[in-house]
Amino acid sequence: MTSTSVRRHKATGLLVLLAALVVTGIGYTAVTTTAEAAPTAASQTQVDAGRQLFLQGCATCHGLAAQGTGSGPGLIGVGAAAVDFQVSTGRMPLAAPAVQAPRKPPSYTAEQVSALAAYVASLGAGPAIPSASDVSTTDANLAEGGELFRTNCQQCHNYSGAGGALSDGRYAPSLMRATPTEIYEAMITGPQNMPNFTDATLPKAQKQAIIKYIAHLQQAAAPGGLALGSYGPVTEGVVIWVAGIGALLLASVWIGAKVR
Amino acid sequence: MSDTHGKDVSTIDAHSDAPLYPLPPHHHRLTDTDPRAARRAERQVAAMFALSALCIIAFVVGYVAIPTTSFIDLGPIGVLQTSNLVLGATFGLAILLIGLGAIQWAKKLMADEEIVDERHPVGSPIEDQEAAAELFATGVAESGFVERKIIRRTLIAALALFPVPLIVFLKDMGPLPGTSLRTTIWQKNSRIVVDVTGQKLRPEDLAIGTLVSASPEDLDRVQEEAGTQNARAKASIILVRMRPDEIKSQQGDGWDVQGILAFSKICTHVGCPIALYQQRQHALLCPCHQSTFDLSDSGKVIFGPAARRMPQLPITVDSEGYLVAQSDFQEPVGPSFWERG
Amino acid sequence: MSVIVKEASKALSRADERAPISSLAKANLRKIFPDHWSFMLGEIALYSFLILLLTGVYLTIWFKPSMTEVIYNGSYAPLEGISMSEAYSSTLKISFDVRGGLLIRQIHHWAALFFMAAMIVHMFRIFFTGAFRKPRELNWVIGGSMIIIGLLEGFAGYSLPDDLLSGVGVRIVAGIVESIPVVGTYLMFFIFGGEFPGNDFIPRLYTFHVLLVPGILLALVGLHLVLVFYHKHTQYPGPGRTNTNVVGFPLFPVYTAKAGGFFFVVFGVTTLIAAFVTINPIWAYGPYVPDQVTAGSQPDWYIGFLDGMLRAFPPLESNIWGHTISWNVFVPAAVMPGILLGALLAYPFIEAWVTGDRGEHHLLDRPRNAATRTALGTMTITFYGILVINGANDIIAQAFGIPFNNITWFTRVAVFVLPPLVFLATRRFCLGLQRRDRELLLHGRESGQILRLPHGEFIEIHTPISNEEKAVILSKVDIAAIEPPAATDENGVATPGYKALRRRAKFSRLFYGDNVASPTAAEIAAAEHHAHALDDLEVDELHEAGKDVPAQLTD
Repeated sequence: MTSTSVRRHKATGLLVLLAALVVTGIGYTAVTTTAEAAPTAASQTQVDAGRQLFLQGCATCHGLAAQGTGSGPGLIGVGAAAVDFQVSTGRMPLAAPAVQAPRKPPSYTAEQVSALAAYVASLGAGPAIPSASDVSTTDANLAEGGELFRTNCQQCHNYSGAGGALSDGRYAPSLMRATPTEIYEAMITGPQNMPNFTDATLPKAQKQAIIKYIAHLQQAAAPGGLALGSYGPVTEGVVIWVAGIGALLLASVWIGAKVR
Repeated sequence: MSDTHGKDVSTIDAHSDAPLYPLPPHHHRLTDTDPRAARRAERQVAAMFALSALCIIAFVVGYVAIPTTSFIDLGPIGVLQTSNLVLGATFGLAILLIGLGAIQWAKKLMADEEIVDERHPVGSPIEDQEAAAELFATGVAESGFVERKIIRRTLIAALALFPVPLIVFLKDMGPLPGTSLRTTIWQKNSRIVVDVTGQKLRPEDLAIGTLVSASPEDLDRVQEEAGTQNARAKASIILVRMRPDEIKSQQGDGWDVQGILAFSKICTHVGCPIALYQQRQHALLCPCHQSTFDLSDSGKVIFGPAARRMPQLPITVDSEGYLVAQSDFQEPVGPSFWERG
Repeated sequence: MSVIVKEASKALSRADERAPISSLAKANLRKIFPDHWSFMLGEIALYSFLILLLTGVYLTIWFKPSMTEVIYNGSYAPLEGISMSEAYSSTLKISFDVRGGLLIRQIHHWAALFFMAAMIVHMFRIFFTGAFRKPRELNWVIGGSMIIIGLLEGFAGYSLPDDLLSGVGVRIVAGIVESIPVVGTYLMFFIFGGEFPGNDFIPRLYTFHVLLVPGILLALVGLHLVLVFYHKHTQYPGPGRTNTNVVGFPLFPVYTAKAGGFFFVVFGVTTLIAAFVTINPIWAYGPYVPDQVTAGSQPDWYIGFLDGMLRAFPPLESNIWGHTISWNVFVPAAVMPGILLGALLAYPFIEAWVTGDRGEHHLLDRPRNAATRTALGTMTITFYGILVINGANDIIAQAFGIPFNNITWFTRVAVFVLPPLVFLATRRFCLGLQRRDRELLLHGRESGQILRLPHGEFIEIHTPISNEEKAVILSKVDIAAIEPPAATDENGVATPGYKALRRRAKFSRLFYGDNVASPTAAEIAAAEHHAHALDDLEVDELHEAGKDVPAQLTD
């Protein structure tokens, strides 16, 4: 009986086919070089502007030549994508030393971020900022994205993308405000504690599917009502003890109270 | 009472036979003395029952009119399934109102003078106890249960053995474990493929800090044949890559490929799949009970309740340049069991 | 006679020709139940159980307990084309393609959380008021068993949809079963029909969840209620209330309306919560696949203490003669819950042995008057609470930014330190309350009014407490601790069972030793006399000085 096929098998077949198509289309070399692509049309003036910004705002921790110091990692070869992700989400520059840089309003304008990215990219080849077509999800498959999300992302970011705790106060951040570009950049650069997912192990089409699924999560309906922050059964337990038992205790007291 | 102790305590029964203070006089409620208050209460109760009936009508209308695919945006509460909301609110309110109405009726309008009821001893009267004992003795004597020792003993033996088949029947609930927990479907030269996509991997596909959830290439075929997910539950692995100089130790010499390490994904504590990889610390964290493993140091436990390191899968590269297993795991994966040794 | 009454009695007599309905009705219609809010707690559990039975039947109409793989093509788009078990896909169907299906699912699950929570709150009430004492020990055991069985039943229900979250829970249970020495591996293979997860587990669990366990629970609920009826309800002390009477309202009509109405209130509240708050969004978790997991993997709250224990236990494992013993799993997941729940069931018998109390108790204890019992209760709740908190350590870490490593270490220390501290504090607090009660009886309540007597002395006027208060305070029964026996009798013969008796005396002293004795009748009389003498004296003095006499003094 074909319907007894093992879980995922049918979908897997389809996905393998899809993946094969994608892989043949781009070709292994293309796939590997995308990740290593040098910045495209960064003008020298942009690089110079970026260098100025870098020396003012970043060099204290990352070193004058971005070689890294005891307080910050070297940035040679991290690529424009890493800079764009860290700076445009406000994670860098750090406001205060912490186990992990939190998301906050960015300290630099979009133009300044591009200049910084161009400067760091000029130091050594690294992942470039994904283009609009790279993060386009028009052709992506939502259900495939869900499957990939469950395999690769939700162990840290939670089934709803609400984020989760890691050891010693570290955490996987919530994905609720992440833009498609940020998600793509995070996957290829592996910021902070996050591992990276190269285009060779997770091709672009699949990254797009994941982005589509996260976009779905960001605006997901809560069919059953209040999602309680999507923390799972713990908050459900709090609701039953506080609201549920609380309401029924009030009712009990009312039933038992003497009427004047 | 200060001298009560031991079995004498039972005398406390006698202690409280007559109340020290009488029941306080009954106070009339407003609804008992003021007919207008009583009428108001009556109207309240009736209104609740009537409203309940209206809610049921609304429920039926909602059931007929609203498809399950309709959603409603309630702002901060979220985008809700309209049908769940409307059916729940109408039905919930309807039954809540019946309850509130009935209780209000009882509280405000039903007689509320407390009634005293005497308790009776819980046990049977002593003469009944004696009579019962006598009847039992008669029965025992008539049956000859005491004298006919051989019947008694064989009966006890037969009854003692009677549950045996009930337990033996259970034997076929499952096969015996044998050595099945000791092996997975990994074997020499099993290709490592990415989960979900089934893509084969070369070492250069992984960068420093890359994480891949992977499984053996023939997993789908094996599962298809078996019709279960059992193979995946044991064979699932993760691949991580770190700089070779970051590797402090491994479970075997040359088990990595250029800093690429393969570890079981199944926690050695109680078996949750783990892929929470903190690449800066090379730490693998279990989301179920927070056991933390240092993958750069033979997968040893650095926090949490797991007692054993995470088993490492020895890998290498085959003639076509793809990552493959050198062999199966060298120890059973997953949680401990008695025969594990 | 109204038409309703006439028709009802006609129906009654017709029925009576077939069964002795009238006798039953005569005995029970006007049965008296005392009124108190805390007596409604068990009803919440009972009604939640009825709601579970009702909604459960509806769910069985659509649920397919099968692990056969199917490709989903229902109306939930994000899972379109995904391979999943029939159990999961039919749960999706209930949620998205059956009108009201989601509501019933949510009511069912919320009611399960209610059921467990209400049983536990009810148990607290029974424990702290000593309602489990003779003749109600059996009902305590039945109630405790229902909590244990409820845990299993709840876990089974949580696992049936075969979603990712519950699948991980089942995997954990398989791991726990494997950890049982000697037979664990075999048990695991028998339960799962082979290796985990196999294809047998969900169908087997289904029968367990919808037939076997509800049947047992229903029988226990019935027995529990019959015993409550037969023993008649306990009552709190107060004027007119004794150990041999019961004061309250009749079953018909007052309690029919109140308790019957409360059923609808419980059902209504559960339904309204289900209308507005999501529970167990299995569609978001995805189908179970053995190599997937989500951050924040959690059981339902009532399993939380077990998870907390598993998380906190140190990583201990032994290898003895080629056999592995996972202390880190077996002890927290099987041995410790066994001891905890076993002690729970045995408590009435333990207490009766320690106190030597063989009397029937229908008048409830005030928690302060059983200081040691109350302290044991708060101690256990503290222990349990710490474990529950640790069971949610990752969620707390995420929500409040406290590293879960710290919470785990806190737990490892706190389970040993906090419960004894809470025990001592509670006991002391209770004894303080006893002392205050004694003062109130003897000297009345400080009125805050200071009076200066003409000869210059200041006195504070004490108001005597009301009879109702006196009745409550005097309900305390003073029980002296059992004296340790002499090691030998007068003839020098060793007392049989001397050591056991001495141990019991020690426990008994712990239980009663520090209790504050109620004033004796003589003491009360003396205090009253003293107060009156004082009053008279003061009144005289005040009269002489030509001052107004406060009302309290002229009573």
